[in-house]
Amino acid sequence: MAALVYTVTAIAGIAAGVVGIGGVFGATFTVHIARIVPLGGLELAMDPLAGLFLALVGLTTAATSLYAIGYAGAARGAYAYLAFVTALGLVPLAANAMTFLLAWEIMSLASWVLVLDRRDDADVQRAAWVYAVMTHAGLACLLAGMLLLAAHTGSLRFADWRAAAPALAPAIRNAVWVLLALGFASKAGVVPLHVWLPLAHPAAPSHVSALMSGAMIKLGIYGLLRVGLEWAGPGPTWWGGTLLMLGVVSALVGILSALVDTDLKRLLAFSSIENVGVILIGVGSALLFVRAGTEALAAIALVAALYHTVNHAAFKALLFLGAGAVAHATGTRNMDAHGGLIKRLPWTAACFLVGAVSISALPPFNGFVSEWLTFQALLQSVRVAEPGVSLLFAIGTAGLALTAGLTAACFVKAFGITFLALPRSDAAAHAHEATATMRWAMAGLAAACVALGLGATVVVPAVTRVAASMLGAAVAPLHGTTLTFSVGADFASLSPLLIAAALGAGLVAPRVFLVVAGSPRRARLGETWGCGRILQTARMQYTAGAFADPFKRVFRFFYRPVKRREVVAHPDSRFFVRRIEYANPARALFEEWLYHPVLRGLVGITHRVQALQSGNAAAYLGYILAALLILLVVR
Amino acid sequence: MIRQLRLALRTGIVTEAVAPDENLEVLGGRLGEAARRLFGRSLHIRQVDAGSCNGCELEISGLTGPHYDLERFGLHFVASPRHADCLLVTGPVTRNMAEALRRTWEATPDPKLVIAAGDCARDGGLFAGSYAVVGGVEAVLPVDAIIPGCPPSPRALLAGLLAAIGRRAADGAR
Amino acid sequence: MTRDLALALLQVLVVAGGAPLLVGGVRTLKARLVGRRGPRLLQPYADLAKLLRKEAVVSTTTSWIFRITPYVLMSTMVVAALIVPLFLARPVLDFAGLVLLMYLFVFGTFFLALAGLDAGSAFGGMGSSREVAVAALAEPTIVVAILALALRAESTNLGAIVERFAREPQLAANPGHLLAFAALFLVMLAETGRLPVDNPATHLELTMIHEAMVLEYSGHYLALVEWASAMKLFLFMALLANLFFPWGMPGSSELGSLAIGLVILIAKLTVLTVGLAVLETVVAKLRLFRVPEMLAGSFALALLSVLSVFLLK
Repeated sequence: MAALVYTVTAIAGIAAGVVGIGGVFGATFTVHIARIVPLGGLELAMDPLAGLFLALVGLTTAATSLYAIGYAGAARGAYAYLAFVTALGLVPLAANAMTFLLAWEIMSLASWVLVLDRRDDADVQRAAWVYAVMTHAGLACLLAGMLLLAAHTGSLRFADWRAAAPALAPAIRNAVWVLLALGFASKAGVVPLHVWLPLAHPAAPSHVSALMSGAMIKLGIYGLLRVGLEWAGPGPTWWGGTLLMLGVVSALVGILSALVDTDLKRLLAFSSIENVGVILIGVGSALLFVRAGTEALAAIALVAALYHTVNHAAFKALLFLGAGAVAHATGTRNMDAHGGLIKRLPWTAACFLVGAVSISALPPFNGFVSEWLTFQALLQSVRVAEPGVSLLFAIGTAGLALTAGLTAACFVKAFGITFLALPRSDAAAHAHEATATMRWAMAGLAAACVALGLGATVVVPAVTRVAASMLGAAVAPLHGTTLTFSVGADFASLSPLLIAAALGAGLVAPRVFLVVAGSPRRARLGETWGCGRILQTARMQYTAGAFADPFKRVFRFFYRPVKRREVVAHPDSRFFVRRIEYANPARALFEEWLYHPVLRGLVGITHRVQALQSGNAAAYLGYILAALLILLVVR
Repeated sequence: MIRQLRLALRTGIVTEAVAPDENLEVLGGRLGEAARRLFGRSLHIRQVDAGSCNGCELEISGLTGPHYDLERFGLHFVASPRHADCLLVTGPVTRNMAEALRRTWEATPDPKLVIAAGDCARDGGLFAGSYAVVGGVEAVLPVDAIIPGCPPSPRALLAGLLAAIGRRAADGAR
Repeated sequence: MTRDLALALLQVLVVAGGAPLLVGGVRTLKARLVGRRGPRLLQPYADLAKLLRKEAVVSTTTSWIFRITPYVLMSTMVVAALIVPLFLARPVLDFAGLVLLMYLFVFGTFFLALAGLDAGSAFGGMGSSREVAVAALAEPTIVVAILALALRAESTNLGAIVERFAREPQLAANPGHLLAFAALFLVMLAETGRLPVDNPATHLELTMIHEAMVLEYSGHYLALVEWASAMKLFLFMALLANLFFPWGMPGSSELGSLAIGLVILIAKLTVLTVGLAVLETVVAKLRLFRVPEMLAGSFALALLSVLSVFLLK
């Protein structure tokens, strides 16, 4: 039965993808059914931006559904999955506030049910709790913002908001922006509202994690774009500046946290936070350029952000599916129990490598193209006159560069420790390859990563259409031929196909040279050189924690390690040590420094207020009287 | 920094010419002319201490200094036997080091040379017959050349290495 | 078209053929500065030729990643050789910029780090861990230096930058330009594994960064890896020479101009080689966890270079 549901969602996903791509190229439509949803009815509208996100959601769903057909961990929760993907598809299409919020809430609830997959585990329960609280806090902000906007524009329909945006009062504009941005940012996983992400994504089964990381958090970006560019119109500089800075901070916090993590799926979750930061850098730059009046430059930044959104869906879903295959084969997500899996799971390893190479932005894969575009957008700040804004861009550039380097390091660790060298546990030594549909799904996503990279000259014009539709200008900032596209007259140009061809030729040329030089063809097999030691075991290899040690030292100010050491000596003499316990746990600093104090304060306030609930009937009557008096006096 | 540079320029090159040394025992036959041709211009050496007292190591470390400078002949010490063409073994090969020595040899790619440096490496030297000693490198590995001495001077080591790869000592006169 | 291909091939041949000579030059000069006669200038060629004829030993612990990495390294260096302006102001493959070049180097580092982990030895893992840390910390400096150059030349396209500076020397005649040069020089030391970041001639594994990852390679694999390292040094130096001092680079691809361009390139590289050799002789290797401080210093230099553009406008 579950397999049937997944097959249906896979086909529906492909159909949604086709419809979405159609929408990008101008095949818009609207749907209005009066009764289904209160306050305005079910209203759906397709426009290029909605089409892009619908295509993203649809194609990611197709891949994860295909994977789920053969995945043992997807046996339960098929109906919740169905509700989840339906809601994911409805959110970008929603054309009025109630449809949007209803779809949003169904999406959150369905994913919450799916997160509670192994509900007997205390960690999973906590993850689900944090997720539920944060997503509903976000919903509250969204509700407040949308109702505020509706009150001031007199309508709940998005088309009306778009039309009324230029006429809004600045105070309302800012208030709406803050509320809606908070709600959407918490869904996207922007620091400091990200604490639910590294808890919920690893807890959910892998096909759901892939969808959550690949599609759901992107809808937060979708919302930010809608608010910043359409509903609240062009805003002041601090909107773009804040998003840019939050993007840099998210990117750095995300990747630094991922670097020291030993849980494969939590590492990927933190990496999602990092990529959302990169996307936000693009969005923030776009808003800043719009403010400065340079629409053409804003288009470049927006194209970069949207392209990275699509790319991230592709490679993050791929990585999560691969992690799911590994976790299922070895029974654990802990990288320190993996190792040598490239020989036991060759397909999974190859697909995961494509994902790792893509996310590390290595040419000519898709991650490289979108990061290249993001860099070019930031470098365009040379054309903007204000020095304060230029400083923001310079910080953004440096932050993005550091993130790029750290991402490569992180995924060397993720791929290298998990798949290479010797197995570190029995489970890893006896791991089995993923089932057929799982492999097909991963291969499909890997092919998508390659295609999005090599086909950049086709994708960039399509995404430019979307950007143009949002910025309202007929911009064609990225000149293209079939092979190359360039930014500005001679500022920069890129040809992924030529690079791929050159890299391919470069791979073959040394081989040819070696044959010509008469090098011996066969290699002798031996054991790893270990300075003459007798036996090689997995204990001699680097662990995930050891690999990240240089970073732990360099970024000590960020990690703030607290080391605990307990020495238990023999009762008769302290010189004979029985046991030493050493712990250097990763600290969740945002929870410790931000959330716990706020929650403690909140609980303190509620304790004070609780005094009102005295249980005394006379007091309650007194409250009713006071309320009546106030209502009569203050009309 | 300037002072160091000025001192270097004032001192100049102090490398000495190499005198021919007759004391080398080359166990030929194993070493074909082809191998000599391969290593004539470039020999990477991995030094292995198989239980030596380190007297030979001190002399060997003199080879990398300015006076003896083995690098001018294309000889070079490397850290990994995978990078090496030649194992320069010192010490009487203690029982504890026999297996490690053998594994080092197996880790070295073909074609390769084994040169035993010092009296201990030749036949156990001072320690021959001890319970802890296997007895010369030949007991463990096929040896191509032996440089005798206790310890052999850097001059003898250099002449021996050059002879093992078929270079005439006169090459180093420049 | 054929002319373009021939020029591209010529560039690759110059880089591949000249890189061992550059490494040999640095080694010999370093030896002379400490009073040794030192290896011959052409010694690296002899080393490579010998390695190509030796057998390769591959560990059973490794996978196809180990075998493919030397080819990947060479491939990225060949592509980098195609896009770096060497003796022509506009390289043949004109589509590429500094950002692509930076990511090509990251590509090589990525796979080399994986190969270091693949053998399952502690030294390999240690080398990989340190190498990716140094590479990651050097990236911000590279990008901010690119920003400084792009601010002045108004392009990130390598050929365009060279042409712009060659045409308008006054853009380069300010201290900010030299600050960016110094920053990128320090990054070159880090990325190519030279003193004071990493000693290429060390035998102590615990002090190795780059060498620790290649301890397991032998035969033709080792030849390719060493060659790729030499090409990386050559390319970095050519980049430093031609981006910051782009004068004397001909615009046309006539044979005579090419010859002049080649001679000028050799002259610039000789100056940089002497500078590198002297620096490596007088400076001691930094403790490993002082390297981030040095890289932070180079980042500060690059940032100052960017600021100077705004201040001097």
